Amino acid sequence: MTDVLTVRSPVAVQARPAGFLVDLISVAQRAVRQIPREPASVVPALIVPIFFYVLNIGALSKVTGAAAHIDFKSFELPVAVVFAVTGVSRASSLVTDIQNGYFDRLTITPVRRLPLLLGLMMADLALVMALAVPVLLVGLGLGVHFRTGVPGMVLFVVLSGIWGLVFTGLPYAIALKTGNPGAVNASFVLFFPITFLSTTFVPKSALEGWLRTVATYNPMTYILFGLRALVSEPWSVATATAVGDAVLAVGAFGLVSISLALLALRGRVRRP
Amino acid sequence: MDSPAIVTEDIARRFGDYWAVDGVDLTIAAGEIYGFLGPNGAGKSTLVRMLCTLLRPTRGRGFVAGHDVARHPELVRLQIGVALQDAALDDRQTGRELLDLQARLYGLRRDERLARVAQVLTLVDIGTAIDRQIHTYSGGMKRRLDLAAALIHDPQILFLDEPTTGLDPESRAAVWTEVRALQRQRGTTIFLTTQYLEEADELADRVGIISSGHLVAEGTPDALKRTVGTDVIVATVTELPSTALDAVRALAGVEDVVCRHDELMVHADDGAAAMSPVALALHGSGATVKSLTLRTPTLDDVFLQLTGSHLQGDAAALSSAGSSTGTPSTGGSP
Repeated sequence: MTDVLTVRSPVAVQARPAGFLVDLISVAQRAVRQIPREPASVVPALIVPIFFYVLNIGALSKVTGAAAHIDFKSFELPVAVVFAVTGVSRASSLVTDIQNGYFDRLTITPVRRLPLLLGLMMADLALVMALAVPVLLVGLGLGVHFRTGVPGMVLFVVLSGIWGLVFTGLPYAIALKTGNPGAVNASFVLFFPITFLSTTFVPKSALEGWLRTVATYNPMTYILFGLRALVSEPWSVATATAVGDAVLAVGAFGLVSISLALLALRGRVRRP
Repeated sequence: MDSPAIVTEDIARRFGDYWAVDGVDLTIAAGEIYGFLGPNGAGKSTLVRMLCTLLRPTRGRGFVAGHDVARHPELVRLQIGVALQDAALDDRQTGRELLDLQARLYGLRRDERLARVAQVLTLVDIGTAIDRQIHTYSGGMKRRLDLAAALIHDPQILFLDEPTTGLDPESRAAVWTEVRALQRQRGTTIFLTTQYLEEADELADRVGIISSGHLVAEGTPDALKRTVGTDVIVATVTELPSTALDAVRALAGVEDVVCRHDELMVHADDGAAAMSPVALALHGSGATVKSLTLRTPTLDDVFLQLTGSHLQGDAAALSSAGSSTGTPSTGGSP
């Protein structure tokens, strides 16, 4: 520790609100910086979907593919990408911030409240799109052919990424509402019904009974249908319609999940 | 004369049925170091959290830098720096990244950020560790970085909530030096909560003593200590017949006698002159005295007189800082 201190300021500084955009970028940059420093939270999100993609193709391709008359590699690629992008978020880090007081430190600054959440979501969007790419490349390596070409691939990644983004609304809502890491981890349970009570392994026409009914109301059904159209169908009105339905499904889900997250944010930053 | 930096009017905060802070009135001048002294759970941190806009008062009002903390928290935030009780840091950032982010959120331009980061680093002296991730820091380094983050925007008013709790004596002394330098060189108003007597004694221009949510005394450390007399004779006893207290109270020059557990605190104008009569009186009344110590009053004596209990966790601090002065001691009974 220095004995003689110099705290006289050569640069007169005046604290002032930084503005929404600076707040947003600052929070997002911090979140992006954290990602490679916590590889344990990212690596499984990449390896597990690729593992199951390859496994499912090996185990089910002949049975399901032949029965439903589909190219199972192409059929399952959207599932693998959805696995990769769903549930990946900075919600656990947010809970850590809440618990160790760093969130309070941020709220004592002039930062606007919305960027505290949206900044994290921006980082999530970048991450899930980055996660979608290697899964896509594995699919291409295994022989999947995109009939919509490169534009279709780009749209495929973007749509998957936006789905991953809107899903984060749920863990963020739980994180902000509870401040409890256990509850945030448990939010991953939501992933299973949303993902599996759908056309994950077979087309909707092959589903029967209650599962068909549930799948009809599950937005994942429409997201997978739209993504599959981008892989297996050429550009057409039907493809555009399928993609449009997928966008609507993502939007409807996002309306609910992001609203919940924003409400939870409002509750968290409202001074008790 | 400058407007007060901090004013509270009957400010209070309730959690359920429990009033953590119950009607505190304060006026703290600009440039003053105000020590807020009290044991754990007395309400110190709750008051700080209200003043730095993290908690809304249940009753009363608080003004910081002239702005109402309830009505204009956004204006208050621009004027204050805060280091809360536990160093609130993001372990996965480097120290430099954390400071830069903090500066950005206060709207500082790039050149201002670079200058301020360099400046606060000379203040808190973290060295090359500033470019390491914070999870590699020691507790003392985290505290200093926390202080640096609180100072990055050159605030008018600094809230330090128990800034030295858990620090080793060397780190504690370093924080004290920093606090004094901030006041002298920058004119920063510092609101400092502490449970360490000697910290309040050493640093604060004025001290407020809080107990169970109430401000029970306020004044300069010397003025507060004068309220309990000039000298204190502390007798540690193993047996204390009821007649012993009356015998000591009856002695000439004895102002007050407070008994707590195995300690008898005898307040006297001239402690040296009263030592022998007190020893004889105790011995004569059948008390078994293990030790007899003469010292000048401390803020703990003030607290004891006002609340009937000692401040918690101060024994180690007292011994490390040696704040008890003039302590000729006689061991054993006379």
